[in-house]
Amino acid sequence: MDLEPTDDQAALTAELARFLADRVTPEVRRSATDQPGAVDRDLWQALGELGTFGLVVPEDRGGVGLGMVEATLVFEELGRAAVPGPLVGTFLAAGLDLAVSPRAAAGEAVVGLVPAGQPAFVEHRAGLDALLVVASEGVTLAGPPDEAACRPVARPLDPLTPVDVVDALPDGEPVGGPDLAGRLGRDAALLAAALQVGLAGGALAMATDYAQGRVQFGRPIGSFQALKHLLADAQVAVEVARAAVAAAGVEIDEDGDAGRAVDAARIVASRAAERATRTCIQVHGGIGFTWELDAHLFLKRALVLDVGVGSAEEAIASFAASL
Amino acid sequence: MRLRETAEEQEFRSELRAWLTATLPKLPAPPPFEDWAAKRAYDTGWQRRLHDAGYAGISWPQEYGGRGATPSEELIFLEETERAGAPYVGCCFVSTLHAGPTIGAEGTPAQRARYLPPILRGDHVWCQGFSEPEAGSDLASLRTRAVRDGDHYVVTGQKIWTSHAQVADYCELLARTDPDAPRHRGITWMVMAMDSPGIEVRPMRTLTGESEFSEMFLDEVRIPVENVVGAENDGWRVAMVTFGFERGTAFVSELLGSMRLLADLVDIARKTPLGNATAWDDAGIRRELTVLRAELDAEWALTKRSVSRAARYGNPGVGGSVFKLAYHETRERMGEVALRLLGRARLALDDPTGVSARQLDHVAQTLYALSLSIAAGTAQIQRNIVGERLLGLPKER
Repeated sequence: MDLEPTDDQAALTAELARFLADRVTPEVRRSATDQPGAVDRDLWQALGELGTFGLVVPEDRGGVGLGMVEATLVFEELGRAAVPGPLVGTFLAAGLDLAVSPRAAAGEAVVGLVPAGQPAFVEHRAGLDALLVVASEGVTLAGPPDEAACRPVARPLDPLTPVDVVDALPDGEPVGGPDLAGRLGRDAALLAAALQVGLAGGALAMATDYAQGRVQFGRPIGSFQALKHLLADAQVAVEVARAAVAAAGVEIDEDGDAGRAVDAARIVASRAAERATRTCIQVHGGIGFTWELDAHLFLKRALVLDVGVGSAEEAIASFAASL
Repeated sequence: MRLRETAEEQEFRSELRAWLTATLPKLPAPPPFEDWAAKRAYDTGWQRRLHDAGYAGISWPQEYGGRGATPSEELIFLEETERAGAPYVGCCFVSTLHAGPTIGAEGTPAQRARYLPPILRGDHVWCQGFSEPEAGSDLASLRTRAVRDGDHYVVTGQKIWTSHAQVADYCELLARTDPDAPRHRGITWMVMAMDSPGIEVRPMRTLTGESEFSEMFLDEVRIPVENVVGAENDGWRVAMVTFGFERGTAFVSELLGSMRLLADLVDIARKTPLGNATAWDDAGIRRELTVLRAELDAEWALTKRSVSRAARYGNPGVGGSVFKLAYHETRERMGEVALRLLGRARLALDDPTGVSARQLDHVAQTLYALSLSIAAGTAQIQRNIVGERLLGLPKER
């Protein structure tokens, strides 16, 4: 038993963290909010070259050949930087055996992911090359919905996640039945949980930094226990969620009791992300409530991630059924 | 990262499991409530069985007579003993987990030879004389005085929260030997025999009705100088060494016990009528229980991570504080749900009507959980630790 990242795993995340710190700056995030619909293709390709999307694709198929544990570590970093775009869909598409898969792995194709249903809320529609649609009975791969069939949302919850309301999703090619739907739901849930742990960590780092530097009443506000304890509680939630996500990744890689572990991770990560991103806003006070500060982007993304394929609510229902 | 066990770990687990299966049916009946002499006999009897089977001092180095188990093996030991329903460490807590390891690390060869073998055999029970009425969270402000008189110290003062003092043979005592030194530098760690003249132990009843703790009044108790462990005035450091033995396993039995409580609450919810259905059919109650169980599972993952950290770096860092903060909050909410589910059955601390198929005392457990945010560092102190050491926030002063 060893639930602490290995040196190789730490090196993998450190490399990605360095890249993201340089590439996905607050300025880059902010400029993305001005171009709704666009997916930064250069960034996508760079992520593809780093192996982000092909991480669990076997080496003989051109992938990196690592496991879901590494994927959760990578997605935590992507969350910490609040990287915009359909990360989970492209990752999952890369892992399938479809025509689009190699291009998804390389970051050359942008693949979205949406739960079936009417109306559907499709994220990043204008930037998509393909769309995976997951229903309980199976998975289809479609082209991006026609512009004519879409109603773009003028005020999306997350400015970095443009949304179209689509009354009828295009008929796609079936790519798998209930088993695949279940597996994609499970993996999407875990990757969303990892992104949420990262978002929570990023928001807390931002809040902690502010609490150390912001002076009121002649002292850094982080010295006041009222704020220190708020931050400590959020940090505790993040640490617990991070451990749960790691354990769930290991369960998948070791063919253990993965469904239950993923549900638990999904439940605690969702709660931790909301707690930490709210705390970030509270610690910043008035400025935390502004559009200008990135704090709201972390909270909003966390809320978006709750309701994708393999949602937090589904995790609660399926975990309850296992008790 | 891996959860799979090594061949050695699997072998350790299966041997232990076989031993527990063979041994537990031979145990005497558990002691009656509040019968501390019987409790001592029961707990030390269990320690003796562990000793004879080679499981005593599981985490102690072999050179001091321990098993020298890895942190993972210690985790397996705690997991298997809890799941098999084996006795808790009980009265042997301070001796095997605090005083013993401290003497192992800081004591002289003579002190080790004298104190450690009887601890491992379960012959001696120890208590801890650290906290005082005026030195709780601020332990370094302790006032119990030890004045040198020839080859003895003469010790006068008052201790509190002394677990099992009424049945202890020895006390690990912190006393102030230099009142003029800075407060952390005038403290000495010493062994006090509990049959020394001048010690008065007054059991305190906690709100659960039990009297595990005592107040201890010391009136010119004579303690030989040779009983000092470490150097005179170096006791603060020696006491901190004790915390360095923590390997992330301190709450394993607690946590697994809570999983059992939660499973029992689900059972109770399923058979508790509510409207035309059961409490489990109520989405709100089901959701609360589900989230709580997810939290317990996540805290188990956190425990494994802390143990992994301890195995790799020697200690789990501030993992203990993180765990305690998460865990006490989960238990508080478990208690709220338990009381709601039990309805009027909450009027009894134990379970007179047999609602719990596992014979668990949810009301008493709910009261006990109030101590989880107080004992061994209050939640407020733990939040300071997490805020300052993990997040790097400035101290208040």
